[in-house]
Amino acid sequence: MPELSTAPRTIEFHIRRYLPETDSAPHWQVYEVPVRKGMTVLEGLHYIKNQLDPTLAWRYSCRMGTCGSCGMLLNGRPALACNTQILDIAEESLTLAPLCNFEIIRDLVPDLCSMFDKHSLVRPYILRANEGEINDPAGEFYQSPEQLERYVQFAFCIKCGCCMAACPTLATDARYLGPMPLAAGQRYNADTRDAGRRERNLLTGGPAGVFRCHYAGECSHVCPKGVDPAKALQLLKRYLVLDYLGLHGRTTPCEKLEGPGGGERRPEISAAPEKTVEPARR
Amino acid sequence: MKETKYWTWHMAAGAALLFLLGLHMLIMHTGGFAQWFAPHGNGADSPQNSLFRDGKLFFTLTYVLMLAVALYHGLYGLRTMLFELTFGPAAEKTITVILVAAGLGLFGLGTWAAVAAHAIALAGARG
Repeated sequence: MPELSTAPRTIEFHIRRYLPETDSAPHWQVYEVPVRKGMTVLEGLHYIKNQLDPTLAWRYSCRMGTCGSCGMLLNGRPALACNTQILDIAEESLTLAPLCNFEIIRDLVPDLCSMFDKHSLVRPYILRANEGEINDPAGEFYQSPEQLERYVQFAFCIKCGCCMAACPTLATDARYLGPMPLAAGQRYNADTRDAGRRERNLLTGGPAGVFRCHYAGECSHVCPKGVDPAKALQLLKRYLVLDYLGLHGRTTPCEKLEGPGGGERRPEISAAPEKTVEPARR
Repeated sequence: MKETKYWTWHMAAGAALLFLLGLHMLIMHTGGFAQWFAPHGNGADSPQNSLFRDGKLFFTLTYVLMLAVALYHGLYGLRTMLFELTFGPAAEKTITVILVAAGLGLFGLGTWAAVAAHAIALAGARG
């Protein structure tokens, strides 16, 4: 196999800038960035920040596709800057813009508050009738590998907002909950430890809920973690319809086992430390 | 949950439409059933054969059912498209009320036509 050249090339970064203190509208600015094989878009942004223009702003944290902070439009497509290599998507120039369907705070930094507000509305956590058990668990809930499979891929969501930026319904209707919050709702609906499905149905089956989805499927195409939010939304529709028709099989959550794992702790494994913080009341 | 109800009935109406349109295609466009639903020859859409079917209670009920599911399915689809224009909650409620009123009006008119055709066919059969 012939060796690929590692000599640096220059790629033009066309970046949509917006400085709220001076700009009335966003504008484009071009930077020349020397690029070597394997260099990520995030590294290119760091080069610009360190060498060319310290005023450029974007959001990042982990640099390894885990935190979901650096979502932005790369050549018009929502993606993470940290796990996209420049030469995979650009030959001469690359356009960078903040995620659409969000307000812009500055340059490439979108305001994700609207997404997280909607996310909290679907109550994305285990809901049980016994709140004491949630705050002070006395044992484990049994869940088989098959039951885990029903929701585990939706639990890989890192809340980067790429699916929200790709959603055509959200682009026309800001009230629509969007793929991430609805997929998060389905993640907990499908969890056998949860008993909050009917409570979530009021929101997910409401006027801003899942029936606004047209199944364009772009959310699944752009997800950097391989989550399939479009599938979650279709499953959510199925749950809602089955609940409406009274055909949903399981209506009670799984039972708690007696004690952690139902067994005895091995002597070489030390006991868990005492709690230092009281759980918050929901 | 109102949207869930609308959606569920939309799906059910779609399934009913598939069945009824399949029945229509069988009766009107396949010769194998001609002797059952078009006994007068001259094609399934001839006036004599249409009157024959209009005189059967089964067909009158089928016409009314098809009208109901087609109106519901179509008007729900229209409502969804209109909602894409994002007017706001008050306008959406108004659109829903107007479409329900239009649907009921068209259903009443169509039902009257089907029942009247049934009565005319029966009167014709009695001479």
